[in-house]
Amino acid sequence: MEPYFAATYGNASSLHAFGRAARKAIEEARAQIGATLGVPPEGIVFTSGATEANNLAIKGLALANPDRRHVITSQIEHHAVLHPCAWLEEQGYEVTYLEVDRFGRVDPAAVRAAIRDDTLLVSVMAGNNEIGTIEPIEEIGGICRERGVPFHTDAVQAYGKIELPLEVIDLLSVSAHKLNGPKGVGFLYVRKGIKLAPLLHGGGHERGLRSGTENTPGIVGLAAAARLAFAEMDETAARLRGYRVRLIEEITKIPGTRLNGHPTDSLPHITNFSFAGIEGESLVMRLDEHGIAASTGSACSSPNLEPSHVLRAIKVPLAMAHGSLRISTGRDTKPEDIETLLSVLPKVVEDLRKISPFKVGE
Amino acid sequence: MMYTEKVIEHFRHPHNQGKLPDYSAVGKVGNIVCGDVMWLYIKVDVDEQGREVISDISWETFGCTAAIATSSMVSDLAKGKTIEEAIAITNKDVADELGGLPPVKLHCSALAADALNEAIYNYLTAAGREIPAALERRHAHIADEMERLERRYAAFLESQEEAHKGG
Repeated sequence: MEPYFAATYGNASSLHAFGRAARKAIEEARAQIGATLGVPPEGIVFTSGATEANNLAIKGLALANPDRRHVITSQIEHHAVLHPCAWLEEQGYEVTYLEVDRFGRVDPAAVRAAIRDDTLLVSVMAGNNEIGTIEPIEEIGGICRERGVPFHTDAVQAYGKIELPLEVIDLLSVSAHKLNGPKGVGFLYVRKGIKLAPLLHGGGHERGLRSGTENTPGIVGLAAAARLAFAEMDETAARLRGYRVRLIEEITKIPGTRLNGHPTDSLPHITNFSFAGIEGESLVMRLDEHGIAASTGSACSSPNLEPSHVLRAIKVPLAMAHGSLRISTGRDTKPEDIETLLSVLPKVVEDLRKISPFKVGE
Repeated sequence: MMYTEKVIEHFRHPHNQGKLPDYSAVGKVGNIVCGDVMWLYIKVDVDEQGREVISDISWETFGCTAAIATSSMVSDLAKGKTIEEAIAITNKDVADELGGLPPVKLHCSALAADALNEAIYNYLTAAGREIPAALERRHAHIADEMERLERRYAAFLESQEEAHKGG
């Protein structure tokens, strides 16, 4: 990636040698990414990240198919899917937000029941970013295929982590930084035959779907990150699943704790817990003192002071939703990192519960 | 979200934390819906000059970093003060002493000052004493606020239920 910031600085649209070198690098990256999914490289549209990819999928499809005015999605999508859908609602579209079970799974039968003659799109994420739950996208995509409705999946958390059923996916969004790649770059996979209108008009880059000079270093970095992730995907997934089993086993021993999400049908790298009687932001800050970086879906961490929509959708009791903790692992997580967390967490939880007026078990 | 060093310091090593065994009164404020609940205990004694003084103070808080730091700070500010002096402590005093709070967290300092206000109000009420007008006004305002939160809590739960009535 580094040479493309300086030595190979050419604009990929230029005819000169520097430009040609940049163009070659981008097309190689496109081919490599296509190969990770087993799809033709022409289907890969580079974007500024998954937010743009999701917007292009949802709004681009809507603009290209004005007769279809109904969208189906789930209650636990990322805001980069929910907010474009909400915007469509403001434009007069109808959106069905499918509910999920207590683990956060969409019922494929509910998708089938929700599809109408004017359904534009079904968008269900591959794996949830907060609780890790894997969605049954193979079944959902199959139903969409059967009914002739395009199926989009936000695969930000799943790409490079688990196998994806590309044969039933029409549109798929990915962001590089979730693969340890650079920030500010991603792509949308668009199956041949799916008609999208561009959101950005200009020089006609990316087969007219996304004008704007290509982010060459970012794209090269994205492809490198993807190659690394896929080369070690099975080994990494097995290792992270091992960590997850250990985390669940040990952390649920702490009284007043619940696992948010599915015990097994989950992305390997995300585990989410709630602790009664304490608030998540305090928990994150205390762990930070010990050099552990985690996150929370608590209200205090959000600008609108309400707990995360995902925890609400899986009906985590309010008091427990405030005390949520998301633990993410990655390729570089070592077994000793897990042990450090497990040695620190019970003390931190106990300490914060001492401060709290709500005593667990009273 | 940027907290000042002072906020972090109070969060890491909070002062006067816990529940006083022999408290004179307690002020309970906040609501689980916004994730902050503060219970503030005061012990009131009469000093040599015959003035009522907050001789000891403690608190229990469910909340974020800012809520814990403001609890700690308000307890520092009120400890050893006369009732009159303690009544005069405002949310701005609490936030200022902490070197400021992020805008989204200012409500935590309000909560801390409210808890102190309520503890004093409850102390004076239990003692059958006259309530200063300013304290009475703030108490009425806090009660309104609590009621508003209760309503929001109800609406919130309702919206949660509705969200689950199939699509």
